[in-house]
Amino acid sequence: MALLEIENVHTYYGHIHALKGVSLDVDRGEIVTLIGANGAGKSTMLKTASGLLRPRRGSIRLEGEDLTRYRPHEIVSKGVVQVPEGRRIFGRLTVRENLEMGAFTITDPRQIESNLERVFGLFPRLRERQKQVGGTLSGGEQQMLATGRALMANPSVLLMDEPSMGLAPVLVDIIFDTIRQLHADGTTILLVEQNARMALQVASRGYVLQSGAVVLSDTAETLRQNETVRKAYLGES
Amino acid sequence: MLKRWKKRITPTDVVMWLIGGAILVLIFWGSIATLATGTYTGHHWFDFIIFGLAQGSIYALIAMGYTMVYGILRMINFAHSEVFMCGPYTAYYVAAAFYSSGFLDQYPIVSLIMIFLVSMATSTLVAVLLERIAYRPLRTAPRLIPLITAIGASFFLQYTFRGFYGSGFQAYPVVQILEGEITFWGFRILKFQAVVIAAAAILMAALYSFVQRTRLGKAIRAVSEDKETSALMGIDIDRMIVTTFVIGGMSAGAAGVLYALMFKQVHFFMGFIPGIKAFTAAVLGGIGNIPGAMLGGIFLGLVESVGPSLFLDGLGIVAPYQLKDAIAFTMLVLVLIFRPTGILGERLTVKKA
Repeated sequence: MALLEIENVHTYYGHIHALKGVSLDVDRGEIVTLIGANGAGKSTMLKTASGLLRPRRGSIRLEGEDLTRYRPHEIVSKGVVQVPEGRRIFGRLTVRENLEMGAFTITDPRQIESNLERVFGLFPRLRERQKQVGGTLSGGEQQMLATGRALMANPSVLLMDEPSMGLAPVLVDIIFDTIRQLHADGTTILLVEQNARMALQVASRGYVLQSGAVVLSDTAETLRQNETVRKAYLGES
Repeated sequence: MLKRWKKRITPTDVVMWLIGGAILVLIFWGSIATLATGTYTGHHWFDFIIFGLAQGSIYALIAMGYTMVYGILRMINFAHSEVFMCGPYTAYYVAAAFYSSGFLDQYPIVSLIMIFLVSMATSTLVAVLLERIAYRPLRTAPRLIPLITAIGASFFLQYTFRGFYGSGFQAYPVVQILEGEITFWGFRILKFQAVVIAAAAILMAALYSFVQRTRLGKAIRAVSEDKETSALMGIDIDRMIVTTFVIGGMSAGAAGVLYALMFKQVHFFMGFIPGIKAFTAAVLGGIGNIPGAMLGGIFLGLVESVGPSLFLDGLGIVAPYQLKDAIAFTMLVLVLIFRPTGILGERLTVKKA
């Protein structure tokens, strides 16, 4: 049984049928990527998994337990934690307060302290800027903070929505190095990316989403060789 | 260069600046004339300032509820003035019972604490019910709808409490230990004013450190900034909104007792003017901003208390004190014209409404 199993999920925005029966699964310790063009439904899939959108049909199971009946904050305490698109840092809270908010579901102060140390270990820059207000960080630092904030909750599955969006190439490399590092630590990640090239390098498997449905799914290696993927998402001819 | 200026300044701006300028000239002229005649001595001014501080700290406590609810829900809770009214009105019956049984004179401190607790509990209960029944079902509705609901809820509460307690004024019993004066370096302060200022200062400090330092306080700030992301952090949005109403209700209930101690009476309509003044204070300080509400409240109280004598007396206006409300609301209009974001307010464009 996979850790996270998404089965035949249909999500609507009003009358718009945004997800038309998406199924995918993520095994423990694996990085799975979801690639696709703008508006293909990638973010919608993550929002549905986090409970921000309610699927009309289908199920999302974590270790066999259906999550679709829970509210977003309950899903976080179940272990599915999202790094939202566009980072969504609390701009008026300090870096440290942002991280504390990430650990909101954890009540044991020692656990919070050790998570904080882990995040500071991953991103030493955040330790230096602890007292700074989130809104004053650079784009790259904000992405680090958003990732660190999600890690504070001890996620069993980390959902990452476009972590490289709007970042300079050198920062994109840093973010993907972090993802590799998290993978080495055993974190399970479902990664949504427009930068399909980078995503397929770190992931073990991938799904290609088109107009709200999975059109291709295979190992990352095979997808990289695939004719359609190369033309449509890797920009090769 | 001149063309660019012409394009940017509209005739409306010019008129607004003229009005503002005229008011400033009037204030300046009035103040100089008043000071030149020397009708008031230093002691008078000192009394005005202390009264203004006491009045202002009550406004500040009420303003806290407006500003925090605005921060988290982006709505003006116009029923907050009734949250303020119902606490001291209910506590009046406790106070009256204590008074007639002699308990109030025997154990004044215990009695006062009980009166505060009853008032704060009532206000909190009403605030929480208001959120649950009137506002929560409308959370996703367009912004005008909860606003109209708030006004409706305000009337509902006013007349409900009139139904409970009648439409007359009730005189709050006199607490003996709060009567009389204390003297500081030759300046006399009425005891109850000193108590009002001290109590309000303690409450505001407690509230501010709650919001700044505790886990719940930080979560409330996070929710105020971005509800969706807060939910993704595992924060229960509804719980934080209820907590905000609890805090607002508690500070309004406490402010209500302080108000009753100062003016010695309660009435079902007593919330209206202080409520609107506190709303003015919240706007003055920058709505959504907690230190701003404190500052705005105290500033408004001071201007209202010092202003009539200082600005208007010298202009030959008889009984200028009658015009204190006019001064308060003129200030609101001026703030809305020249600095709509308030003293400490941030630019609204940054926020997602």
